[in-house]
Amino acid sequence: MKFVKNIAIALTLGAAAFSGTNAADAGKHPMQVDWSFNGPLGKFDMASAQRGWQVYKQVCSSCHGLKYFRFRNLTDIGYDEAMIKAFAAEYEVEGDVDDYGDPTTRKAEPKDAFPSPFPNDNAARAANAGALPPDLSLMVKARHDGPNYVFSLLVGYEDAPADFNLGAGMNYNPYFKGSQIAMAEPLFDEAVEYEDGTPATKEQMAKDLVQFLTYVAEPSLQKRHQMGIKVLIFLGLLTILLYLSMKIIWKPVKEGKNFYED
Amino acid sequence: MAEWKAAKPENKALGWVEERLPILSLVNNVVGPDTPTPRNLNYWWNFGSLAGLMLVIQIISGVVLAMHYAAHTGIAFDSVERIMRDVNYGWLIRYMHANGASFFFIAVYIHIFRGLYFGSYKAPREVLWMLGVVIFLLMMATAFMGYVLPWGQMSFWGATVITGLFSAVPVVGESIVQLLWGGFSVDNPTLNRFFSLHYLLPFVIAGVVILHLWAKKISDSGNPLGIDVKSSADQIPFHPFYTVKDAFGAGVFFFVFAMFIFYMPNALGHPDNYIPADPLVTPASIVPEWYFLPFYAILRSIDFPLGIPGVFELIDAKLLGVLAMFASILVWLVLPWLDTSKVRSGNFRPMFKWFFAFLVIDMFILTWLGAQKPEGNIPLYGKFATLYYFAYFLVILPVLSRKETPLPLPESISNPVLKPAE
Repeated sequence: MKFVKNIAIALTLGAAAFSGTNAADAGKHPMQVDWSFNGPLGKFDMASAQRGWQVYKQVCSSCHGLKYFRFRNLTDIGYDEAMIKAFAAEYEVEGDVDDYGDPTTRKAEPKDAFPSPFPNDNAARAANAGALPPDLSLMVKARHDGPNYVFSLLVGYEDAPADFNLGAGMNYNPYFKGSQIAMAEPLFDEAVEYEDGTPATKEQMAKDLVQFLTYVAEPSLQKRHQMGIKVLIFLGLLTILLYLSMKIIWKPVKEGKNFYED
Repeated sequence: MAEWKAAKPENKALGWVEERLPILSLVNNVVGPDTPTPRNLNYWWNFGSLAGLMLVIQIISGVVLAMHYAAHTGIAFDSVERIMRDVNYGWLIRYMHANGASFFFIAVYIHIFRGLYFGSYKAPREVLWMLGVVIFLLMMATAFMGYVLPWGQMSFWGATVITGLFSAVPVVGESIVQLLWGGFSVDNPTLNRFFSLHYLLPFVIAGVVILHLWAKKISDSGNPLGIDVKSSADQIPFHPFYTVKDAFGAGVFFFVFAMFIFYMPNALGHPDNYIPADPLVTPASIVPEWYFLPFYAILRSIDFPLGIPGVFELIDAKLLGVLAMFASILVWLVLPWLDTSKVRSGNFRPMFKWFFAFLVIDMFILTWLGAQKPEGNIPLYGKFATLYYFAYFLVILPVLSRKETPLPLPESISNPVLKPAE
């Protein structure tokens, strides 16, 4: 019986160490970066998020969608309305049907979601050798230790070790599950020219992109952090007051008073 | 036994209502100034009212979420993201509701284990305890269905695994599963009925909570010494003493709750649930929410049949696992008759104390095991942890009730001087 066999094994091994997790399969532990949005007072770095938007637009958006992100959301990372209208107008989206019942297209407006690079998943796969580039709207929240993971993945491309069996068209990246990823290394030094003159190193671009994608995944982060401080201060004071009230109200009980004798 | 006192409100309008429907008396007699309560309740007694508060928070935040949520596989995930992005304070309401489920379970687990240690299940409180077990089962069903609603990867695959368990039931198993699914796989009809039931069950819970409080009124609160109230000197009015103490406890509890809502809202969730459900892609590991993990670990630990494997299987391994999982909670229903020791409080049971401490540790181990992949030695550890869990209720408590010599009990609550051992 399996159970008996298991007990036998356990007795043989004694207090055996817990089986190691299959680290290679799950991907290497991400590098830890000190992000501006970490911690209770954490905020987005607006300049960095704006640069990240530029990287997304010029590099990532050729394959990856951002379906939950609307152009108007860019106000939160410091763009004004006129600039947002201009950004949106660079894209064409589906319009209403015209008077003859034919489909039309129109320039995107701030209310529109960022248009997907492919009309559907099949088209996306066909253009990417069978691999489906995932939508990035929630990527930072959809992975363990998201911001560090995305950063590590972007800068973590390496040459495959000699004994590694890399699939055709695949790229070696130890931070990815199974260590091989269909996406070719997307970022190189000077891949974009930053409008604010920041040197566009690979690390810089990856950090900026993570700022932007964290904002896209969790637009309420900054508001949440700020409200949290107020709520905790309020609850803290309330709790202290309740504690003092309790001490005063309970005094006769502690002195042994009987509340039921006349 | 508790006596009933009629409220006599000074306000005429209230008096008019009270004469026709004595609802003020009800409150008065259950958590009011006319509720004599043992004067020695410690902070472990705070968690009942906390659980009640969490139920209220869950219902209110849930009703608001339901105004914006769309129970359709095509748009459920999108509607949740809309709540997070476009609904005013939608992120706050959703994070309150998602973390609220966890904090509801934290309060209820502490409440249950307080009852286990201080013998709250013993006469005359058996029905009070059993109603609590019913509430816990309803909570588990509600929480499970709620987790399915965002229609992420864990929602879908969790629903597939858990509903699939019922297929282990002989003869009618497949029919039960099809009834739960509303078809032949987890799909739109499943989501619709889960949404409907997720909205219904909390009100059923609220109903059973009223019965739970009624039973509390009839049998009175227990207390840490586990002895009966001897005279009125042992008691104080619930209001204002325990209302203010519960309010202080709620302040501390909500402080921690708020830390999660505002600073680690996703710490208790699984990142995979931010990936839309995809019936074609199975997640690397399907892990239930933390509050199900101990029972999930018990389910997985039973990988052997009752009988001789492959030769004569009275109950096959899958069914035995499912039975063990349900039995691990249902055993609480008969607990009052398993532990027959006359002494209620663990404080006066020198051996019980240790076995209870191991049960608590065992629960933590089971929780941890439930989150691990069932590889290497994990299933083996699971078997030992499961064995202890059942042994505690089915063997240790019944034997201990007969063998253990309890410490001398105090004279009364108001005069807790130990009787000299004779």
